[in-house]
This record gives sequence, C-alpha cells and structure tokens, in this order.
Amino acid sequence: MSSLHVPVAAKRATPLATPNVNKSRRSLSTRWISGLTLATLLVLWWAVTAAEWIEPLFLPSPEAVLSKAWLLLTQGYMESTLWQHLGASLGRIGLALGAAIVTAIPIGIAIGHNRIARGILDPLIEFYRPIPPLAYLPLIVIWCGIGELSKVLLIYLAIFAPIAIATATGVRTVDPTKLRAAQSLGATRAQLIRHVILPSALPDILTGVRIGLGVGWSTLVAAELIAATSGLGFMVQSAAQFLVTDVVVLGILVIALIAFALEMGLRALQRKLVPWHGQSH
Amino acid sequence: MALLELERISAQYPGAAEPVLADITLSMGPQQLLVALGPSGSGKTSLLNLIAGFVAPSAGRITLDGEPVQGPGAERGVVFQDDALLPWQDVLANVAFGLELAGVPRATRERKAAEMLALVDLADFGKRRIWQLSGGQKQRVGLARALAADPRVLLMDEPFGALDAFTREQMQELLLQVWQRTTKPVFLITHDIEEAVFLATDLILLAPNPGQIVERLQLDFGQRYAAGESARAIKSDPRFIETREHVLSRVFSQRSAAVRQESA
Repeated sequence: MSSLHVPVAAKRATPLATPNVNKSRRSLSTRWISGLTLATLLVLWWAVTAAEWIEPLFLPSPEAVLSKAWLLLTQGYMESTLWQHLGASLGRIGLALGAAIVTAIPIGIAIGHNRIARGILDPLIEFYRPIPPLAYLPLIVIWCGIGELSKVLLIYLAIFAPIAIATATGVRTVDPTKLRAAQSLGATRAQLIRHVILPSALPDILTGVRIGLGVGWSTLVAAELIAATSGLGFMVQSAAQFLVTDVVVLGILVIALIAFALEMGLRALQRKLVPWHGQSH
Repeated sequence: MALLELERISAQYPGAAEPVLADITLSMGPQQLLVALGPSGSGKTSLLNLIAGFVAPSAGRITLDGEPVQGPGAERGVVFQDDALLPWQDVLANVAFGLELAGVPRATRERKAAEMLALVDLADFGKRRIWQLSGGQKQRVGLARALAADPRVLLMDEPFGALDAFTREQMQELLLQVWQRTTKPVFLITHDIEEAVFLATDLILLAPNPGQIVERLQLDFGQRYAAGESARAIKSDPRFIETREHVLSRVFSQRSAAVRQESA
C-alpha cells in the first residue's frame, strides 16, 4: 500500500513547491520550472527513504539504486550486464524500425498516390492498427516461436502502421501547385515522387517515425516482460519476481530515459532535415 | 506563322451546367506579349490551365508550333500566382530544377541558373533559402526558374496579383526588360486593367457566362517602355489613359449586362 501512496504524495507536493519559486523569480523559463519539478521529486524520494518512512522493499533509496546501477554495469544481473540488456532492447527496436522505414514509406506513398493501392492496403492497416500489439503477440508466438523473430515482428507491426499512415497523409496533402510547377518543367511520374512528393511528405514521415518509435518502445518492453531472456523488460520482470526492487526502479528509469532520448533525438533530426517546416512560404 | 493556336476551344468543369469557356479561337505569334484580361469568372485561369495542359478542353484543339498540346510539358513554362518553389532546395537549385529534371550536368545547369538569376536582378541570392525571400523575390525566382528551362512560350498566371502595389509596378517593368532581352513570347493573365494595358502587345478581353473573347487590341506601351521611355510618363500619357478607360468600360459593360441578365 505504502508504495502506492508515495507517487501520489510526490505529485501533490510539486505544484505547491513551484509557485513559491515562481514568486521569488518571475523570469524563470519553462525549462527551469521543469528542472525544478524533477529536482523536487528526487529530493522527496531521498527524504522519504532517508527518514525510513517506507521500507526499502517498496521503495529503495536513490543511493541504493545508484550503487545498484554501478553493480549492474560492471557485474550484471541475470548473466547479462545492464549494457547487454540495453543492447538487446535497442537492437530489437533498431531492427524493427529499419524494416518499418524501408517498407512503410513506399507503401505509404502507394496508398497516398494510387487509388487501387489505397483500396487494397488502407482497410488492412486500419483493421490491425487499433489492436493493442500485445493482443496479437500470442498468435505471433504460435506462428514464429518465442525467439527474436516474434519480438522484432511485433514491434515492426507496431511501428509500421503510424509511419505508413503518416506518409500517406503527407503524400495526399502535397501542394498541387508544386506538382503542376514540376510537371510544367518536364517532370516524369518518378521524378515527381522523388523531387516533390517525397520531400513534401518528409515532415509527416518524420512525425510518423516519432509516433511509431513511441508505440514501438512501449510494445517492446511489454513484449520482453512476457517472453524474453534478455532486454530491459525482462530485467525488470525477473527482478520483480525476486523482489529486487532497486533493479526494478533502475530498469524503469532507464526505460524512461531511453524513450525520452529517442523523442528528443527525433525532434532534433526533424529540425535538421526539414528546416522549412513551419516557415511561412 | 502562329506559335500558339487555339481552335474553337470549349471547357467545362465536370458536373457544371454552364461551360467556363465557349468557342475560343485565338492565335499568338512568336514576338507577342499576349495578355488575357477579364473579371473573375471569365475563364482566364481556365484558359491558361488549358494551354499549360493541366486540364483538357471539352472541345477544340490547341497546338504549339503545329504540335497538339497534350498534358503539361517543359516547352510551356509556367509562372504561378503564389510561389510554387520548393523550400527544401536553395534558390539556385530551384532555378536549376527544370534542367536537373532534363538530366543536365550540375556545373552546366548551375551556370545557366546563375545567369537567369542575374537576369531577374537576384545575382547574389543563389544560396538563400526560399522562406528568406520576400513575395516579389519569390516571383522573380519563379520567373527565372521558368526561363532557365528555355520553354517555347512563357505562361504567367496572375504573377503579380499577390504583391503590393509598389512591388507590382517594379515587377511589371522587370518583366518587360526580361521579355525584351530574352525575346521569349509571353502569355499572361491578369485582372489588373492598368497592368494589362501597360504590358500587352496584344490584349484580349474576356467576358464571363460563358467565358468568351469580346475584343482584341494591339498596343505598344510596353514597347515604348522597352525603347527607354519611363513607366510613369507612359502611364500618364493621355493615350494610355484613354485606352485604359476604353478597356474599363468594355469590361464594365459586359459585367453590368451579365448582372442585368441574372436579375431578369
């Protein structure tokens, strides 16, 4: 029970703490406020564990988690170091993402560009997209076994739909004047796709990749909770079975950090690849 | 010999009761700057889209150099009203785009593009991004891009319609200079009467319901500008004002006739 109470208490405490700081320095940027919220949470975490209000079994102290992190990095847990668990998870999502990009973008272009392709593929994608990937994981396990293939396939399917749909949307919303301009400069059909449609749709494609990676990462960790012998999800799950709470907390933090890093990295990529997006032109 | 010929062209939007253009016959010579002037609904945009090949006529025949027009093509360059430039490329690459599509090697096409940029007074703008340009500069890049592909005829779709009055006058003068230097035949549509009278060697007046040519005039104000006379002197010349008022009354009488017809 007490483990349930802590996050609630922590959440309540933060909004109270921030206005006080706001009063003293009005020119605080949003980024600073977010940083302070995070710091407040950490201090609270430290305080409740240092005062021994909560047993380490329910919430280990930050120091304990940190020292466990060092242990995991050097010696490992369940025969693999943290790096190996992390590498297993990142390898799966990387493979699935690569496969999804290579297949979903051409299919998205076909859906957006061609009436027949839209008629065939649109209902298929719209049918499976709303199903939570974990609902069809058992079927994939029956078909493909419990090895790497079934996990990569599951994540691939989770990432594929957002990218294909976003690409199709981007292709459909290409400025018709730009198409006409390219045609009256002599562009062939293939040249239109390469020089006008693809770059026009790129901002949408990248948004699709961002959404897909978010969905893919949560699917991956959930899949590893169920069926895996390595990976961050597996690490958290097996640690929970032996009540090694510090590893559980550490695993959750690492999973959150990776998700955050992926999102930030893609936003940076978006700014770099499509600097014209959002500019008035 | 005529460069561009339209024979008994009609056009109709799918599902519309009235045609937008009815029985248009028009020929354009290689030395001309032909302006189609008309109020909205007179079908001037449809006329340009037909020549550009963006839409097909419901009846009639369009030929360029005796060859029938089928679909858009590089021999008919188009300058659009709102900029149709590609923001993922810089200015120079935009101007060179038509040559790139034609497979011209990079060095050659960039040299040609730089020449065209100099022609529209944007010599130092090659490395700029599209969103860093003003409205007038974008239209100049659009003009340079169309010219770089070396079309047989240049089609301009209300190219200065979205610009402020000062920029519009500058652009009109720039167009006359470019037209004189490149000797490229130009087909331009506009609803600005003064612009039409100032630019045109040949002016056709279009009337709506359905779109048809009601008058064709031969003018020389643009040539006088090209010969060195100042734009202000030409536009305040009594003959210019007289022509402008005549055109205005023609367009206006057609419109009021149409209004009377509708209310009757």
